[in-house]
Formats: sequence, structure tokens, C-alpha cells
Amino acid sequence: MPDQPDQPVRDALTETLAHQVLGRLADVQGPYFGEFGGRFVPEALIAALDELETEYRKALGDPAFTAELARLHREYTGRPSPLTEVPRFAEHAGGQRVFLKREDLNHTGSHKINNVLGQALLVKRMGKTRVIAETGAGQHGVATATAAALLDLECVVYMGEEDTRRQALNVARMRLLGAEVVPVQIGSRTLKDAINEALRDWVANVESTHYLLGTVTGPHPFPEMVREFHRIIGEEAREQVLDRVGRLPDALAACVGGGSNALGLFNAFLDDEGVALYGFEAGGEGIDSGRHAARFSGGAPGVLHGARSYLLQDDDGQTLPSHSVSAGLDYPSVGPAHAWLHDLGRAVYEPVTDDEAMEAFRLLCCTEGIIPAIESAHALAGALRVGRRAADDGRTDQVILVNLSGRGDKDVATAATWFGLLDDEAAQAAQGTEGDK
Amino acid sequence: MSAATSPVGTMPVASATGDRIAALRAEGRAALVGYLPVGFPDVERSVEAVLAMVDAGADVVEVGVPYTDPVMDGPVIQRAAEAALAGGTRVRDVLRVAEAVASHTAGRVPTLVMSYWNPLLRYGVDAFARDLAAAGGAGVITPDLIPDEGAEWIAASDAHGLDRVFLVAPSSTPERLQRTVRATRGFVYAASTMGVTGARSQVGARAEQLVADTRAAGARDVCVGLGVSTGDHAAQVGRYADGVIVGSALVGALLADGPWSARIDELQRRTADLADGVRRARGAGPVAAGRTVLAVDDSTTVDPTSQETSP
Ligand SMILES: Cc1ncc(COP(=O)(O)O)c(C=O)c1O
Repeated sequence: MPDQPDQPVRDALTETLAHQVLGRLADVQGPYFGEFGGRFVPEALIAALDELETEYRKALGDPAFTAELARLHREYTGRPSPLTEVPRFAEHAGGQRVFLKREDLNHTGSHKINNVLGQALLVKRMGKTRVIAETGAGQHGVATATAAALLDLECVVYMGEEDTRRQALNVARMRLLGAEVVPVQIGSRTLKDAINEALRDWVANVESTHYLLGTVTGPHPFPEMVREFHRIIGEEAREQVLDRVGRLPDALAACVGGGSNALGLFNAFLDDEGVALYGFEAGGEGIDSGRHAARFSGGAPGVLHGARSYLLQDDDGQTLPSHSVSAGLDYPSVGPAHAWLHDLGRAVYEPVTDDEAMEAFRLLCCTEGIIPAIESAHALAGALRVGRRAADDGRTDQVILVNLSGRGDKDVATAATWFGLLDDEAAQAAQGTEGDK
Repeated sequence: MSAATSPVGTMPVASATGDRIAALRAEGRAALVGYLPVGFPDVERSVEAVLAMVDAGADVVEVGVPYTDPVMDGPVIQRAAEAALAGGTRVRDVLRVAEAVASHTAGRVPTLVMSYWNPLLRYGVDAFARDLAAAGGAGVITPDLIPDEGAEWIAASDAHGLDRVFLVAPSSTPERLQRTVRATRGFVYAASTMGVTGARSQVGARAEQLVADTRAAGARDVCVGLGVSTGDHAAQVGRYADGVIVGSALVGALLADGPWSARIDELQRRTADLADGVRRARGAGPVAAGRTVLAVDDSTTVDPTSQETSP
């Protein structure tokens, strides 16, 4: 497909035609989402990606596969995850009704397990014996190590050296689960470098190994496949809201790192025109500071890790470092389906700063007794903003559905430091400054 | 002999690299393609190093654009790229290398730019092709661009008369080999092994079969890279391939400790050893007889990733 950098698909005729040809937005298949996506990877990986695509399509059509995945969701993960109304929190959101989709209550503490179980079952079908994964905060690494233990797979997790220090407890968790954690000591030593290292491993070991990618980024078929394994979030939530409220929500709010929890929630509502979709990116210390991970506010279309999407980059196309208080949102690119929804105008993406996210984090803790992941706190801050804006426009009857993508156990040390809740000695101990050794 | 031309495209486009390989074939040997990144240890000295490599026997220059996320490269080239970026190297600096090589060799030695895709996308694909052609460059090697995604590059390289070197791997199916061969001009880059760049003690066992399969898919010129490090490797690969591509072993010479002049000497020693290898391969060249084969110290350049993670 011809590339047209920096040229958003805004042409009305194109949109209409696309809609007619493609039917429902929710069913769009890769490799391209509009002009985003694709396969910008070494030729050496193409055979494996082709095999993966074939196997995944076969599996989704195989009742034995879908039944086994459904059984694991029910008996292992604890699905369906509940929908919780949060009225005391909602008082701060312009008086709207706010509901949380409780992915934080899943086994391993976040939505990540949905995708991991799906891919791990695929690995068994493909007859591979080894999985590798990248992780930033450690949530995807923990989920992958968990599934590997459950399904008897060898597991290696690549993690930036910087992150192994910041998230020492999750390193220990992965090792308890039997995974090997490899600290990556090149580049910025964070998530993007962990992905580079995982890709290098994959090229060298592709015959025995599956790269269990943790979000809706990467080369085709990952963006589409990971969306398929997460669409259950929105499908459950749609029924739960209809059941509880008797109508569809007015707005959805989700945080967007790579974009898997957001796309999982959005997908069931993409073709409901009356439902507004909001994705919240990490605004870090503010867009003007340059220290953020807001790809739509501060990035431009480009190619990273196999897909064309929005990207933080300099004038030379070199990837710029991202920044966020939340490791899970700290990534310089974003899934191509979000780039497509952004350019179509179907979803709106806004930055939420570290300060706003931490305020919302604290608010949910003390109004509802729920400690959210700092990633999810970005969605909560966004919901507060959306609710207040509607109230300013004179509407106080809005129903806002927030994806609470994960729980905050892993973030207690960060929050304690942020809010000054511990004395110096205890704070140091909590941060685990001695690293992962 | 007629000029090498592209098998695809609306018009036949001459290939500077293809012509060079054809001329060497007539001499009875494979080409030595030598890789160095621009900007290591700085732009000035990287130009000097490339010219020294040419003087020591490289037939084709491959000059790398340093990139923040080089997923096809092992630790040696990563380290050099990281240092080049830290020193402020820009994409446009490769044009200086192409110019310097063209004027130093009166156009005899073609320069191919090796670049990951995003830097060229950001520069502007057509603009880069135009500027590279104007600088006397021969074409581009694109390690993370497959022909399926290459429409814009294929058009730009046709418009500006540049070679486009795509890669094939031991995992490539016959259909993909054909597709890649059809889209390629200059030579097809055959990855000797499933893995990233980095010197290895042996050349991948699947390389020879891959070259044969790539020829069966219609390629005339096939060069082998990844893990080719020594004169003996070059002699072995040069028997069946049209070119031998060497990167990490040469970059490793520049990464070593010691004064710059000593590192350049080592670079030239390694290049000469490799140049001797391609001449020994088919027992053709006169150089083979008198030249000593120097051992390359592999210990500094062996890629630990590929060693550790191999099952
Ligand atoms: C709890 C939680 N939410 C969100 C994310 C961001 O990922 P994504 O945007 O793919 O949902 C992460 C990533 O680590 C996470 O752990």
C-alpha cells in the first residue's frame, strides 16, 4: 500500500466507501487499519507471522479452542468481571453516573491475562514450547509467566534494566512463577528496548518460540489478534450496562498505552454512533515539557516495531524517549487501530498528566475503597474531565463507563512516595532501590 | 556485456551494484561488501574509515544509518550506532559518505545505504532517493522493509535510478523468494542464518541452500551476510555466492580500545583478510598466492544473544 505520511484519512468519500466496503468497524481485519498497521519487520519473521495468522484464524473458528478459552476465563481468570457503579467518586465527575469495568479483579490483577491465555493456547496448538515476552511495569510479564506455568511452556521475559529496578517486586513474581527475566541493558533500558530484544530473540529462535506480544501493536496479525482476545471486555460491559441502566452508555473512558484495554472496551461500541469514545494517554509532566507519552498530541505518523502508527520521533525519525509516572503507558508508539480511529474521528484521544492521574488515583481510593493501577487512574481522571465538561454544558444525566484495567498493588510504593505517606527509611525500602538481584 | 537491469518496473533501470558484481564475476570472484555505520566515532572519522576499508579491498560499501531501535543488529553494531547517535549523527550524513566514496574511487565502488525504514520515511522517501542519487550513491538496503510494504520506495528508486536491496532468510517460502527477487535490483541479500548481525565462529549451514533457492526463484546476484567474519568464511561463501557481506567483524575493529590509527590499521588488516578470502574462493585471483591470512579475533565480536538464546 502506498504510504502517505502525515496525511490523515479525512476525506468524506473515502470514509463512506470504506464503511460500505468494510461493514462494521468492529470487524475490520488487518494488516491495515486505514493507512496504519502493516508488517515492517525483517523478512525472517514473515513465515512465522503467516503461520500465526493462519493458526489464529483457524482457532477462532474451532469450537474446541473457544470452549477451552471460555473455560479458562471462567474458572481461572474469574470472568465475567463485575461492573461496579461508583456514586461517591461520580460526585466529582459533574454528578454523572460512573461505572467501572473491573478488569482489576482478574487473576494476576489486570486485563492482560485475557490476551495472554488466548495466545498461550495458540502456542500449544502450534506445537511451540517456548514463549518470550516484553514487559514494562511487569503486568504483562507476570501474566505471561502465569500462563506459561499453567500450560507448561518455557518462558523468558525481557525487561529494561531501568524497569527491573523500578518494579523489583514484579521481577520476583515472574521468577517465582518459573520465568527467566532478562534485564535489557541497551538503549533507554525501558519497554521499547525490551521489545527490540524480544524481536531479536524471536528472529533467532522462531522455530521453537512464540513472541507473546502484550498489546495491540506490532506487525500483523498482532494488532487484530490481540483485539480479538480482549473484545470480551466490551462485550461483557455492553450487556452489563444495558442490563443495569437500560440503555447504552454516553461515553467510554480508557487509558491508552499500546491500546489493548482501550480497544477491548471500545470494540463492542465502535458501531454505536451515540457512544463517545475517549482514550487517555500519558501526558506525563505536560506536553510542553517534552516529557510525556502522548503520541496523538506530540507525535506524528511513522513506523516502529513493525507497524505504521503515531509515534514520538524527532526530525530524523529517531524514536524519542517517552515519560510517564505509569510504566504501562510509557511507550513511544500506539496500536495502529487507535491511529485509524483517531484519524477517522471515531475516538478522541487526550493527554492526562501525572498530577491529574495521581489525584484521580487517590480519589478512587478514598471514595470507593478501590486502589487502581496508575495506568487505569489516567482513565479515571479522563472520566472526571468528561463528566465535568458535560455538566458545564448543562447535562447531568450522562452514563460514563470506565475500564478499570488493573489494580494498584504494584503501584503502592510509587503512590506512597508521591503522596509522602512513609518516612524516608520506609519509603526507600518500599522502592526496592537495591534492584532485582 | 549489457548493464544489469531490474526485472520489474516500467522501465529498465541500470544497476550500479549489479554492474560491479558482474565485472567481478568476469574476474572469477565474488564481491566483498563491507559495512560501517556513519558517525562512529564521529562523522569525519567514519568517512575516513570507509575510505580506508575501500583502500584495503572492499568492492562495495554498505554504510549504515544509526537508528535508535535496530532490531536486526547484534550488540556490536548496536553499540556503534548508539555512540553515533549520542554524537549527533544525522541521516543526511550518509550522503557525505556516498560522495566521498564516489570521488575517492572515481565512481568505481558503489555505496549502498543500509537504513531501517522510519528514518527514510521521515526524511521523505522520494527526497532521500533524489539526494542519494545526487550524492553518487548506488541504492539502499532495507532490513525492515519487505517488498509488500515497499510501493513508495519502489517508485522512488525507479524514478532516481537506485538499487533496492531486499533480504531473504532461511525461513522464506518459495513464493516469498520469488516476490522478493522480482522487487530487488542490485543483489538479493541472503541472511545466512536466522538471527541478527554479529560475528560468529561459523557461517550458517543453510546459507548455501538459500542462495541456490534464491537463484531458482530468478535472482542473478545473491550476496550472503550475517555472521561472515573471517577470510576463511569469505573463501567458503565466495565459492557459491556473488558477494560476501561483512559488518560486525569490521565494526568491531573500530570499537576496540587504543589509538584511532591502530584501529584503522586493524580495520584494514581484517578487510584485506576478507578480500583475500573472496579471491581464494574460486582459486582465481593473483592476490591469493602471496598474501598472509590474518586471524580475526572473534572473542570481542561474538554475539552473546544468539549464543545464549539458541535452544
Ligand atoms: C493495568 C494496566 N492498564 C493499562 C496498561 C496499558 O496497556 P494497554 O494500553 O495495552 O492496555 C497496562 C500495561 O502494562 C497495565 O498494566
